[in-house]
Parts: sequence; C-alpha cells; structure tokens
Amino acid sequence: MTNIVIRTHDLRRTYQMGAETIHALRGVDLDIARNEYVAIMGPSGSGKSTMMNVVGCLDSPSGGQYWLNGTEVSELTDDALARIRNKEIGFVFQTFNLLPRASALHNVELPLIYAGTSARKRRERAAVALTRVGLADRMGHKPNELSGGQRQRVAIARALVNDPSILLADEPTGNLDSQTSEEIMDVFAALHAAGQTVIMVTHEPDIAKHAHRVVTLRDGRVHSDTLRDAA
Amino acid sequence: MTLLDAVRIALRTIWAQKMKSSFSVLGVFVGVTFLIAVVSVIEGMNSYMTEKFAGALLGVNTFQLRRFPDFQTGDVSDSTWRAWVRRPSITYADADAAVAGLDPSLLWSWVSQNTSDVEYRGKTAARVRVAGTNEQYFDVKGWRFAAGRPFTSQEAQTGQPVIVMGYDLAQRIFGDADPINRELKIQGMPYRVIGVVESQGNLFGMSLDNFIVAPAQSPVRRFVNPPNVIDELVVKASSAQQMQAAMDQVEAVMRTRRHLRPAEPDNFAVETASGVLDFWDKINSILLLALPGLVSISLVVGGIVIMNIMLMAVAERTHEIGLRKSLGARRRDIMRQFLVESATLSTVGAAAGVGFGLFVAWMVTTLTFMPARVAPWSVLVGVGLGAAVGIGAGAYPASRAARLDPIAAMRQE
Repeated sequence: MTNIVIRTHDLRRTYQMGAETIHALRGVDLDIARNEYVAIMGPSGSGKSTMMNVVGCLDSPSGGQYWLNGTEVSELTDDALARIRNKEIGFVFQTFNLLPRASALHNVELPLIYAGTSARKRRERAAVALTRVGLADRMGHKPNELSGGQRQRVAIARALVNDPSILLADEPTGNLDSQTSEEIMDVFAALHAAGQTVIMVTHEPDIAKHAHRVVTLRDGRVHSDTLRDAA
Repeated sequence: MTLLDAVRIALRTIWAQKMKSSFSVLGVFVGVTFLIAVVSVIEGMNSYMTEKFAGALLGVNTFQLRRFPDFQTGDVSDSTWRAWVRRPSITYADADAAVAGLDPSLLWSWVSQNTSDVEYRGKTAARVRVAGTNEQYFDVKGWRFAAGRPFTSQEAQTGQPVIVMGYDLAQRIFGDADPINRELKIQGMPYRVIGVVESQGNLFGMSLDNFIVAPAQSPVRRFVNPPNVIDELVVKASSAQQMQAAMDQVEAVMRTRRHLRPAEPDNFAVETASGVLDFWDKINSILLLALPGLVSISLVVGGIVIMNIMLMAVAERTHEIGLRKSLGARRRDIMRQFLVESATLSTVGAAAGVGFGLFVAWMVTTLTFMPARVAPWSVLVGVGLGAAVGIGAGAYPASRAARLDPIAAMRQE
C-alpha cells in the first residue's frame, strides 16, 4: 500500500456546457506505484487531459475518490490543492510555460517561492535542478535565448526542484522536433532510473513507447492498461 | 512567499514597463506633489506670519492703543468705518493716564506717523514713513543699530531735530557715504542723522527699512498729527500674562476717561499681534480645508487609473497567473502579488510626487518672496496616501486574479 502513489476509484468528472452535460471521466480506477513510468494515451476527447488535471490537483473530480500518497485529495479546498501542487507534483507542459522575462534560474525558483524557501536556498536548489538537466551553463538566460529543447529542460528542472512525488508531463514533446524529443525522453528515462515516478500524457505512440506502462483511455474510461518490457 | 519577494517581483514588473507605469501613476503623482507643495507654502507662510509679520510690524508681547484698528481684517463696512472716524482721537493725555498705573518695567512709547518726501542736497526720497515718538521706541521695537545711536531722553523731551533712519533708506540717500551727522530736510525743516538701524529686510516684497524716527516734540510734530493727538500708544511687556494685565488696565483707564457705561462698547482699539494673526489663521484654515478636497480628487482619479491598469495587467497576465497557481501559488499569494504591485506602483508615484513637491517648494522659496517650509508630516502622509490608494485601487483587480481557475487561465494565451 505504501508503495502506491496514486489511487483512483470510480473517478468521475462532468462539465456543464450550457444545457449539455459532458462526461469527461466516467469512472476511472487506476493505481500507480512509486517509480512507475506511465504513459496515458487516448484520442482527443478520451478524457486524458481531464485525467491529467485531476491527477495534478488542478481540478477536482465530480465523483469518486482520489488518493495521493494515501491522502484523499478529492475533497480539499483550493489552497490545500495549491499546497499539494507545490509539494507533490511537478508539471511539464507542452508549451513549456516559462515566464518570458525571467531567467532560467528564476523560472526554476518559482515553486520554491511559493513553498516559502529562503532566497539563498532557492538559488542553490534551482541551480542543482538546472545542473541535473544539463543546463548548468544557461542559468542566466531568458527563455527566448534558449532552444525549444533547452526550454523544456528548464521546465523539467522547475518541475523537479521541489522533489515532487510525481512528475506529470502533458505532451512534453508536442512542440519539439523528433531529435529534441528523443533528448527529452532521455532526460525522463534518467529521472525514472533515479527513482522518479513519471506520468506522461501523450497521443504519440513513439513517445509512449518510452514508458514502461501504457494506460489508454477511451470515452472517459480505462480502455487498456499494458505493462511493457522495454528496458 | 515573503513580502520582500512580492515587492521585488512588483518592482521588476513596473521597471519592465517604465512608460506605462509612469503614465498610470500620474494622478497620484500630481496629488502628492500638490499636497507637499501647498503644505510647504502654508507652513512657510505660517512661520513667516508669526515670526516676521507679527514680529516685525507689531512685536511679540506688544499691544497698541489706537483710535481704530490698524490692521483691518476682511471687509469693513461703510457704517463701521464712519463710526470709527467719529471716535475721539487718542491724545497725549490719554496715553499718560493709561501708562501712569502700569508696571514701570514695561516699555512704552507714543507714535504718530505720516509719509513725507525727504530731501538731501537736491535729491528726493519719496514717500518715507516719518514717525514722531519717544526714546523707548527703539527698545519697544528691539532694533539694533548699524551706525550711530538712538536719541536720548533729553533729546526727546527737548524736541531736538535729530533722526534715526532705516538701513535701505540711508543707502538710498547717502550711498556709501557715512550718514551720521549729515543733514537732510523733511517738509523744509533740517534734521541731523544720528543713527541708522540694521536692515529689517522686507515683508511681502516691501522694504521694512523705509522709515525715519524723530522725537515727537521735534518739528515733525507739525505734520504727523494735529496738536496733542497721537496715532497710537505702543506698550511692550516681557510676557504674555504681563501684556494681558497691562491691556486690561489700559482698557479700564480709557473707558473711565471716556465715561463709557458698561453696556457701551469701547470707542478705541486695543490691538495685539495675535489679533492680526487671527486673520492669517482664517486664510490658513480655509486653505487647509480646501486642500484635502483637492488632493483627494486627484488621488481618486489616480486610484481609478491604477485600478484600470491593474485590471489590464490581470487580463494580460492571466496565463502567468494560471501557471503560478499550477506551481503552487495560493489565492493569497496571487492576491498579494497584485496588491503589492499596485501599492508599489502607487507608492513609487507618490514618492516621485514628494520629490517634485519638494522641488516646487524650493522653487517657490527661491523665486518668490514667499517662504516654503517642508512639513515632515506631509511627506509621510503623501507616501502613506500613495500606498493606501494603491492598495485600495488594487483590491478588486487582485481578488479577480486570485479567483482565476488555473486550468482556464492557462488555456488563455
């Protein structure tokens, strides 16, 4: 049990669009253990984005339960969820989502600012995280002075800086060419090898094949859940 | 996130948009500039009026007995004026009786004055104030001498044609030459200069040195007043209480001499410097009443501008807000970020306003006769108001930002 990072039971999420009710998640049961490397796949409209938002505590489920590290988070307040996002979840987005006017170092420091870390510690830890993704020599650069791959590395460093329980990546290579995508996948593989739990939402099979487990959603339900033997 | 971090983020944002920021704080800037400048001028005028105006013209702890007030404050109606002119004049006999019972330590002198041209070797100094008085007058005024001496008690009693003159006047008539013992003519009569009083400076740009003082019994008596009549009796006490007691006594003596019944008002005036200052206080209080109104108008306008700027900033940075929330910013973190940004923006504007207000005050002092004195409280109030306007104006935009949904916010770009 202690090894289970994420457990959902009958997870549901509905949206009200005018008179129409959209069932984005229709009862998802999913367990993810520590140090798993999971790809969540599915066609658009399958609910994978919603699943990612709920798992990432950006959104609350309409029904069912969600435990993160054994704590039920489905009923928490906004600010409590913010706390969990800050401590437990490292996001990597398709569009990197860096602050354009801030240096790489400052971007990586952001989660630590909200964690209340002292300025000196922030700097140290942000520098360590950037070094970990191979950007030790780019700390003072602004996002527009970096290549797409480097920007995504900054984003990964930012996701890692708080030692989160899960690294949650949403189409992390969607804006990158295949060469750079492979580099980013190498970074993920290395992090996973170092013990990091990685969850990646993607619709590209080439990318999904890097994961050790592929969960496919369809119409808001788990369609298939396969473990792979890939090394 | 500490407050310092929030201020740092705010300053970074403000600095990144220097142009926009400076326009958005214009209202606050103008309001605070106005506050500082006006308060400085009022404060300066205050001290000017108390120290210089009252001090130089009347003197501290000094009062005068006159037929009617010398300093009319506000409008005097025609009927009042006619009543004043019908009053009996103050005579030497009145003055003697009034001072007879006073504490001998008090200084007093009668003064009768008129303006006259003064001639010296064919040169004429026009409209000089010529006063006939006694030797105590110099002590009443507290004058110090640049040259020569005051006239003596004997000279006063025997009515010697000797005069003491103001510094500027002496310069004007004699230039660099030593004025002592020179002879000049007033109304055709010769007088000998025995003293020059140190410069008294000017008041509202008018020289206070354009005077001549002669013994009341000297020939000046012929044109300053009808026989036996004086303009005023000036009495100087050494403390406010002593002055009040002397005033009461003089008033009582005068009422007895004039046979006034208790119900009748005084038909003479007993006037002090504080009476003159009442007038200034009236102006002062009007200014101080109008000031908050004028300042708050510009601050309200400034606040509305800042609120709009902040609403724009929130709209522009919706994506950033979503991102910050996804990275763990709580509502209060976002709220604080925008409140601090708005308060910092406004305070920077206010600080610039303080700076410019001080500059305006300095300009006023340098370029006009009006003195300006910066009141420390006005600087604090100015900066405080700036911060308050920023917080007030930022509250609504900040709470809107704080309530944004992170997913929806991040979808926007």
